[in-house]
Amino acid sequence: MVVGRMITSLTAEKLACARGDRILFEGLSFRVEAGQALAVEGANGAGKTSLLRLIAGFLSPREGRLLLKTPEGESSDSDERAQAIGWLGHHDGLKPQLTVGEQLKSFAQLYRSTRDTDAVLEELGLARQKDFPCRFLSAGQRRRLALARLLVSGRPLWLLDEPFAALDKDGQALVARLMALHCGQGGLVIAATHEPLGLSNASIRL
Amino acid sequence: MSAFRALLGRDLRLAARSGGGAALALGFFALVATLVPLGIGPDVKILARIAGGILWVAAVLAGLLSLDRLFQGDFEDGSLDVIALSPLSLESVALAKILAHWFSTGLPLTLISPLLAILFNLPPGPTLVLFISLLIGTPSVSAVGAIGASLTLSLKRGGLILPLIILPLLTPAVIFGAGSVAALMDGMQPGGGLILLAAFAAAACLLSPFAAAAAVRLNLGG
Repeated sequence: MVVGRMITSLTAEKLACARGDRILFEGLSFRVEAGQALAVEGANGAGKTSLLRLIAGFLSPREGRLLLKTPEGESSDSDERAQAIGWLGHHDGLKPQLTVGEQLKSFAQLYRSTRDTDAVLEELGLARQKDFPCRFLSAGQRRRLALARLLVSGRPLWLLDEPFAALDKDGQALVARLMALHCGQGGLVIAATHEPLGLSNASIRL
Repeated sequence: MSAFRALLGRDLRLAARSGGGAALALGFFALVATLVPLGIGPDVKILARIAGGILWVAAVLAGLLSLDRLFQGDFEDGSLDVIALSPLSLESVALAKILAHWFSTGLPLTLISPLLAILFNLPPGPTLVLFISLLIGTPSVSAVGAIGASLTLSLKRGGLILPLIILPLLTPAVIFGAGSVAALMDGMQPGGGLILLAAFAAAACLLSPFAAAAAVRLNLGG
């Protein structure tokens, strides 16, 4: 099965995650359907990031499984799930030596995306910084560029770790708008956050 | 293929720009090769005799210098997560990074090696053998190095352990590479050494993407 551009739902069944001997969470079940957003809340160290890394396939669950449903069928294989994921991690993943434009273009090619990178930069208010090396960007601008990369990836399942971190009021409103737009187009959003997402979303607490 | 090229191009650009990668290895190689003749003194017989060995050891050490950036930089700033979720398999990612490392270290220092051989008064024949041996042998430095770099990914000062893991594995390259130059100096055919070197490099380049990808996978989960 090849994961296409559409996902019907992602279901977690009795997930347990452990780091070393310490069990972060167990018996965690949830279901996110196309067009829905899920906020993952919890205190620092509760395992929010671990849950996202588990969904992305970087970690394997100690127990339970994740089931991805698409119009073509369903699968619990993490390699196939990885092809559906748009990742916005805790770190921005940007190179200080590369310019904003170069950075986004190389990732668009890496993800075989056909989105117009200039238009995405414009949308995120980074058009003027296109030829700036990333080391001149502020923390908020770096976050915006990471968001631009997420948009360019064109992936249906967004995994966001603290999407509002480092952003100003406008930036936070922008993220909320992008998430709403993504859900409106049938995408899925799972976000680890301390703040309300500003959407009509479900939430789980770790 | 275009995704592979994009990653290769990005890594080459980074190597050229950071002021570290490419220039550092080349400078280190040239400096070691210049210092040794100054230290040994002007005995041209001895210099020509040890040229192959010294230049090969210098090339291996120069290749080690920028290895800790192979995956480490991308791992620490979160780029590796994004790269790992791309359509490229981690094996292809490792191969792209090995190639980028060779293009920015192994290849340039191979190209200047004939120039440095003059400092050792190496005759034209053995110089050509040295050049060929570096050309086919240095990819193995990048390939074996990638295994070490991926294994030490989550160690904070991994750069210090890296040489201890990699150098023993690279002894065949140094033995066959320097040996083929010495063979010609002694009036023997260098072909045997070069073929063994090529075999070693081919095996290293074929196997290391798989080993490196497995180690990266482990570290992404850690």
